[in-house]
Amino acid sequence: MRIKRVSTKKITEEQEQVDINLLNPLIEKYKDKKGNLIPLLQGTQDIFGYIPYEAFEKLSSELGLELSDMYGVVTFYAQFRLNPVGKHIIKVCHGTACHVQNANAITDALKESLKVNDGETTEDGMFTLESVACLGCCSLAPVMMIDNDTHGKLTGGQAVKIIKNVKIKESN
Amino acid sequence: MKNTKVIVGLGSCGIAAGANKVYEKIKALKEADKLKFELKRTSCIGMCYREPLVEIIDKNGSYLYGEINEKKAVEIIEKHVIQDDPIKNYVVHTDLFETSDKDFTEDQVKIALRDCGYIDPEKIEEYEDRGGYRAIRKIAGQRMSRLDVIQTVINSGIRGRGGGGFPTGLKWKFANNNKAAEKFIICNADEGDPGAFMDRSVLEGDPHAVLEGMIIGAYAIEATGGVIYCRAEYPLAIKRLNIAIEQARKNGYLGKNILGINGFNFDIYIKEGAGAFVCGEETALIASVEGERGMPRKRPPFPAESGLWQNPTNINNVETLANIPWILLHGAEEYAKYGTEKSKGTKVFALAGKIKRSGLVEVPMGMSIRDVIFKLGGGIQDDKKFKAVQMGGPSGGCIPEHLVDTIVDYDSVNATGAIMGSGGMVVMDETTCMIDVAKFFLDFTQKESCGKCTFCRIGTKRMLEILTRITEGKGEEGDIEKLEELSYQIKDNSLCGLGQTAPNPVLTTIRYFRDEYEAHIKDKKCPAKVCKALLTYEVDPDKCTGCTVCAKNCPTDAIDGARKEVHFIRQDDCIKCGTCYTKCKFDAIKIS
Ligand SMILES: Cc1cc2nc3c(=O)[nH]c(=O)nc-3n(C[C@H](O)[C@H](O)[C@H](O)COP(=O)(O)O)c2cc1C
Ligand code: SF4
Ligand code: SF4
Ligand code: SF4
Ligand code: FES
Ligand code: FES
Repeated sequence: MRIKRVSTKKITEEQEQVDINLLNPLIEKYKDKKGNLIPLLQGTQDIFGYIPYEAFEKLSSELGLELSDMYGVVTFYAQFRLNPVGKHIIKVCHGTACHVQNANAITDALKESLKVNDGETTEDGMFTLESVACLGCCSLAPVMMIDNDTHGKLTGGQAVKIIKNVKIKESN
Repeated sequence: MKNTKVIVGLGSCGIAAGANKVYEKIKALKEADKLKFELKRTSCIGMCYREPLVEIIDKNGSYLYGEINEKKAVEIIEKHVIQDDPIKNYVVHTDLFETSDKDFTEDQVKIALRDCGYIDPEKIEEYEDRGGYRAIRKIAGQRMSRLDVIQTVINSGIRGRGGGGFPTGLKWKFANNNKAAEKFIICNADEGDPGAFMDRSVLEGDPHAVLEGMIIGAYAIEATGGVIYCRAEYPLAIKRLNIAIEQARKNGYLGKNILGINGFNFDIYIKEGAGAFVCGEETALIASVEGERGMPRKRPPFPAESGLWQNPTNINNVETLANIPWILLHGAEEYAKYGTEKSKGTKVFALAGKIKRSGLVEVPMGMSIRDVIFKLGGGIQDDKKFKAVQMGGPSGGCIPEHLVDTIVDYDSVNATGAIMGSGGMVVMDETTCMIDVAKFFLDFTQKESCGKCTFCRIGTKRMLEILTRITEGKGEEGDIEKLEELSYQIKDNSLCGLGQTAPNPVLTTIRYFRDEYEAHIKDKKCPAKVCKALLTYEVDPDKCTGCTVCAKNCPTDAIDGARKEVHFIRQDDCIKCGTCYTKCKFDAIKIS
């Protein structure tokens, strides 16, 4: 079973400021649809990058969804996050093909370079490092995806270089 | 030049390899010089190992160029398109002269992949031009009855390509037998096997084939609604499916009274998965579409009786559905010509791992695994020694070298202890540790277990712990037997396919690579030199120059030695991190 680590840290002031009204169009779109729980939560995560507590409350009060059902779903599926994420999400593939082509070296190099563990966000809020199972580009193994760009046939060193380039672009 | 076509492969992996840049470059060239050739896009051509791919079709025929970057793109446009002088060295496939990659295509038979790499998946006309939507038109035109359609599918002998291998025609018959006001057909596009990408390539490359298969299925079982359950990791597939559905509606293949068949109302929508392998299982998939946690439930009732929103529901895999229009158009006999007695037709395989040509192939059932890997796949990377091929992903197993002449069909592969699965073939060589592979899969299934059954939830965890211990050099006498015992208990006491098959990777590796387990447990050695804790790092006194780099980088200060003197690793302090090995520029660190 997947065990989601729920942060017990008090969320900082800055992260608490989410504009919850951004959810209105989403609620409008799905309010009368059967089986709307997952698309609603996916939509919420698209907006905020994670699912803030206020969003649960709003969805519950406006649509009559049970908090416990929502929490159950969010903790069941790998896609959902309960904590804010970095500006860029790095997904390192650990599917079979990437595993046999040494995907661990990519994660290790990134961990060291970014000073984070798998699943964590860098201190400056720039990157979140995640592992996924197969991005469907197995012929380019090992593979990683940054936001929506996929990079293949990597070594640890190249992965670090790609991240550095993203950083450079950000500071310009 | 006017009739010359330049086609760029823009599937996910092509894009990852830089195909978008190539496309943009060619487009810029064309616009700058007002060149008259036609520039088009397509998706996965199958030769993923040669990405980015550009095909040029001129008056003589087709030339497929591989490994094209922006610079080479300029060259092929200037030479081939403008000066009519193909650059032979860059061509990876053509019928006009011999090329190195001829073996890759020669023995393939493309049915499910018939349009992949030939059409622009975002243009319905191109699908129609190659015979698309002609099967459903034929059904409508000839007023073929539902039972005739089902009988054709039964006669073709096609079995589900999602892994189970259940005869598709029979499945449709059951769904047809259950009468209800509302019925559903679901396309399973969850492609959960990590290391397989057949369904992705079909969805990206030929989305209309899947839609047409669903429409024919809907007609056959009288479904009123269609759902495609697609994993969220495939954004390009979802985008192209959305475009395809929109176009199919516009052209009257979806909607009310489709193609004039009175009362045939059917539409399709996409449901994005949220990342859970178990949702590939039919009842879990249905729970997920309904917005719940994707936990399997007891069967019966089978989905054919009570599925989505308690209505009769039929679930088929992407590749199964992509075959359907071809079968209806060309006839059951034509399809059944290919394959073996009990496994008809063709199968798509995704070749990956330590294989020279990784990509997508479609071969008739009955071809030997050897031919798939060594002929089509070109053999092992760097000409290393072949060790095993993993088939069937987390539910499958590793087929060792002495069984490489096994043919691909459901029964022959099952006999090895692996399964045909959905078509992933991950090739492993002498540098792959089989215990590490078994551990990798158990780690996967352990995380993906939904937690409903005790044996699946806790049993897989215990197995993972034992395997981890073995790879860390803490294996004990009796561990192999314990693993076997747990395996049988998990198989017998799990509700769904995930638990029932989770031990397979361990059982097959024990069966075929027992000596490797024993080397880990008894001799504390990893023959493939993968399990870090079992390796010893030593300095080769003949090669060491005393540069001190290793000592400076060792995280535990386990290396002694003065500048310009031979260094020495104190084994008690070494944590086997491998840093010294990668840092030494003189190849002076030995691993054993
Ligand atoms: C744990 C588990 C995962 C599965 N994953 C998939 C999958 O990703 N894709 C798929 O088509 N079938 C998958 N299946 C098989 C489906 O449950 C089902 O048999 C199949 O979609 C039926 O379609 P077919 O008859 O066309 O093969 C999975 C089964 C199990 C038990
Ligand atoms: S076998 Fe495993 S995945 Fe399947 S229902 Fe039981 S616990 Fe869930
Ligand atoms: S890095 Fe290599 S050559 Fe340099 S001191 Fe260490 S073992 Fe010797
Ligand atoms: S393997 Fe790591 S810990 Fe051991 S000697 Fe080399 S650098 Fe030091
Ligand atoms: S295993 Fe990494 S992309 Fe498929
Ligand atoms: S040839 Fe590009 S995805 Fe296969």
